[in-house]
Amino acid sequence: MALRRDVAQVDVDGITSARSPLASSAFMFALLVLHLVMGIAIVAAGRQLGRQAFAVAAVAPLATVIWAITQAGGVLDGEPVTESFSWVDGLGISLDLRLDAFALAMVAVVSGIGFLICLYALSYFKPHDPTTPVKSNVGRLAGTMTIFAGAMLGVVLSDHLIALFIAWELTSITSYLLIGNDDTNPRARAAALQAILITGMGGLVLLAGLTIVGQAAGTYRLSEIIENAPTTGSSTALNAGLICVLIGAFTKSAQAPFSSWLPGAMVAPTPVSAYLHSATMVKAGVYLVARMAPMFATEGNWRVVLLTVGAATMLIGGLRALRQHDLKLLLAYGTVSQLGFMMLLFGTGDDHIAQAGVVLLLAHGAFKAALFMVVGIVDHEVGTRDIRRLTGFGRGWRPTLVAGVVGAASMAGLPPLFGFISKEKALDGYIEHGDFIGSTVVLVVIVVASILTFAYSARFVLGLFGVFADSEFEASCDDAVDSHTAHAPSLQFVGPALFLSAFTLAAGCAPVIVDRLVEMATLALHPDAEPKPVHLWNGFNTAFMLSLVVIGTGTALTVFRSRVAATQSVTSKAIRLVPSSEQSFNFLLRGVGVVARRVTGLLQNGSLPIYVAVIMMVVTGVPLIAFAQEWTGFGDVIETPVHVVLVAMIIVAALGASIVRRRIAAALMLGAVGYAMAGLYVVQGAPDLALTQFAIETLSTVLFVLVLRYLPSTWTHRAPAIAAPMRIGVSVFVGVSVFVFALVASGARSDVSGPQQSEMMVENSLTKGKGSNVVNVILVDFRGWDTMGEITVLLVAAVGAVSLARGGRRRDELGPTFEEIFDFEPDGADGAVGDSESPASSLMSAAARRDEEGHA
Amino acid sequence: MSAPVGAPPRSMILDQSIKVLYHSILVLALYFEFAGHNLPGGGFVGGLMAGAAVSLRYVSGGAEAVRTTFRAPSHVILGVGLFLSSATALVPVLLGGAVLEHAEYETKLPIFGKVKVVSALSFDAGVFLVVVGLVLMAFAAFGDDRVPTETDDEATQ
Repeated sequence: MALRRDVAQVDVDGITSARSPLASSAFMFALLVLHLVMGIAIVAAGRQLGRQAFAVAAVAPLATVIWAITQAGGVLDGEPVTESFSWVDGLGISLDLRLDAFALAMVAVVSGIGFLICLYALSYFKPHDPTTPVKSNVGRLAGTMTIFAGAMLGVVLSDHLIALFIAWELTSITSYLLIGNDDTNPRARAAALQAILITGMGGLVLLAGLTIVGQAAGTYRLSEIIENAPTTGSSTALNAGLICVLIGAFTKSAQAPFSSWLPGAMVAPTPVSAYLHSATMVKAGVYLVARMAPMFATEGNWRVVLLTVGAATMLIGGLRALRQHDLKLLLAYGTVSQLGFMMLLFGTGDDHIAQAGVVLLLAHGAFKAALFMVVGIVDHEVGTRDIRRLTGFGRGWRPTLVAGVVGAASMAGLPPLFGFISKEKALDGYIEHGDFIGSTVVLVVIVVASILTFAYSARFVLGLFGVFADSEFEASCDDAVDSHTAHAPSLQFVGPALFLSAFTLAAGCAPVIVDRLVEMATLALHPDAEPKPVHLWNGFNTAFMLSLVVIGTGTALTVFRSRVAATQSVTSKAIRLVPSSEQSFNFLLRGVGVVARRVTGLLQNGSLPIYVAVIMMVVTGVPLIAFAQEWTGFGDVIETPVHVVLVAMIIVAALGASIVRRRIAAALMLGAVGYAMAGLYVVQGAPDLALTQFAIETLSTVLFVLVLRYLPSTWTHRAPAIAAPMRIGVSVFVGVSVFVFALVASGARSDVSGPQQSEMMVENSLTKGKGSNVVNVILVDFRGWDTMGEITVLLVAAVGAVSLARGGRRRDELGPTFEEIFDFEPDGADGAVGDSESPASSLMSAAARRDEEGHA
Repeated sequence: MSAPVGAPPRSMILDQSIKVLYHSILVLALYFEFAGHNLPGGGFVGGLMAGAAVSLRYVSGGAEAVRTTFRAPSHVILGVGLFLSSATALVPVLLGGAVLEHAEYETKLPIFGKVKVVSALSFDAGVFLVVVGLVLMAFAAFGDDRVPTETDDEATQ
């Protein structure tokens, strides 16, 4: 009840303006809140719920799907649903939600697959032996996944760039938590760290990019930017901003050279991999590119960068997928390849090619999630995902194999499946509408990569049927597995995968069921597009011929697979010379550590004189640059003879302090400088300042003496950290800087036009501040906040001084060192490009270990 | 109760005069605190004066004398001071005013006559307490009678 009332409250108070006649309900906002609240509740109750947590978690995506269906009619008629709430008014950030047809397609993928994954996970986390307890962190996994689903919805529903960014970062964080959910496994922790370092770095770059784009456009609302998109013209800022946006999208969607985190993330349980790292989260980058491309594809270097990166990713992913023995890694590299494909389709700014992208987005979501589910089933029942250990399956496995084969065939682009349509559409789009520089090259890349896709899809299917079974390899493994006699999965376990495969088949045979969605989603991206209807059969056109080439060449690659593998291992030795993205990542990480250590060693070398010198030079030198330009001369420095006397005292005492040998004498000299300073205040008629100065000098001299008791009474001049001429130089520099600072700052007051601050304070002191001592009224009233801050600092300083005085530093309490955190090196992290052995074997052993735990 | 290491032998005259001076300076500090709003003074100066009085006690009685100056521990004094100031700053907000908006109250007291009390006084009292607490903590931290030597370090390791 409380939640409903809050939402209603926001609805009434928060709507800034009725931007759309439909902006009257708060369902979208309520759904986002529902995901968040349910996620937190499930995490909290995770231990009690166990794997049933996924049954609870299924509610949120199901509610979203039902809501999306109720809205689909209006949205597909071209009337987006919008909601708007003020959020951070001071910064002009509002929570603008907008469900247009493209967002609807994404919601279908995010929540539809999310719901199926929850059902699937219910069986996936069911132990073989009903008496073994389910791991306690499963509930946490379900809760985090629910929060992730909400964040992902936030990404696709946000109409405001900053709100989108916040949801985007939330998906990175939840992804980190999900990959590292098994916190006792160092491999999972390392993979999670790698994922968040790469996507987090990309997120920061993205924020810069979105800010530049928003500033250039004059609005942060996507739906407004598209109506009045800024052009780069001669501005390099927008061009740089767009590159930043692309980098953010590339890191999120695992594009080269940022792709290394995605295969690493496969240590997560299969439901997580199926959901985040194939179907939804990695598409966030693609989604952003799809939204931005219609406005900016022709600007600056967008197309060059995007086509290069997308094409490289599509090829590299396909090549590496072909070398995997672990079915899950095969799919992971396949996902990388397909994400590159999607970038190539959405990023061109052409509406026809983007339409192919929408089809591929839907098709890929369906078949890749189904394939991951099949791999998870095999892993769960047999205990391995290595195709060298799979020897084929018994009768009970038929539904699973059907789901796997249909999914793989769709991935390969075989008719009459949904994947075939997407590939046809893509080829057709590039043939008919690729009228930009490089489009022919990209078309060739797409064809070649599609051949690779066909080949690794075939490898997946053949692996499932035990073609790669290798008895020698099986014998070398610690534990024996036999897929033939493995327990067949329950229908409930296979159900979600079967459903997705059925959809793939249905949408392939009768594309009319998705036609309207695809058409309107394309229109949402390109308002002036003229999308062609989606058909399975388009006649004997060039695209169909190319499809035949793909299928034919792919079959040939599959038939001669042993020769292909031999060639690949030869070339991979040559490619080894080029660092892989894993190696680059590790090199960078280590490099940051080394540089940080060097810089720290240089700046914090433990020498107090050097600390003081560096701090003083920076603190005074930086303002000096600004103040020196305002220098207007000395003015009337000497007003009365008393000034001369006092200043002489200051100079004599200061020189004395730097000459005397005894520390106590120097402290007293410093005190004398302070007293003479207070004398100046008296002469100038500032009793408050003088009083304070006297008191401070007295106390600080006493405290000085207290501390000096711990030090030798005279300075020793063994090897000073800074030579005397250098020290004198620093002192003179600091002194001159402060001098200029004081003169310029006190002279600056007369420059201010209008009523003077000081006069206003004097006038208002008695009436508003209720005191006739202006200085005190300033302290407690006009500038009372400053005083609050100052006494808080005093408190912190007191606590700090006490801890410094008392704390003997103990090494073991300082926490782990940098090396201990970052030097973890996964087995085979140094493996080169195209080398399938190392990551595969590392994952394999992780799977084996988990299996042992399961059986124990 | 021994004098700090390195201090000259205790002097009867010093001890006796400090006993007199200590309370006089405290009264002066309180005067500054109360007079501050209209005459030179204020919480900060008052606190520093009180701190100076405390340092006199240190000269005559060492760290032990400082420790027994006030019944409340120094960190409590510090915390109460910050609390008092923040509360004075925020109470007007609860009453619908601006942060640090001050109220005025006039009354007639015997002996003192007409007295005007401004709520800024309690803000200043907070500042006063923070400064006093800071000085006390500094003495507690660095004013130990025993100065650690090299042999001590070895003994603790």
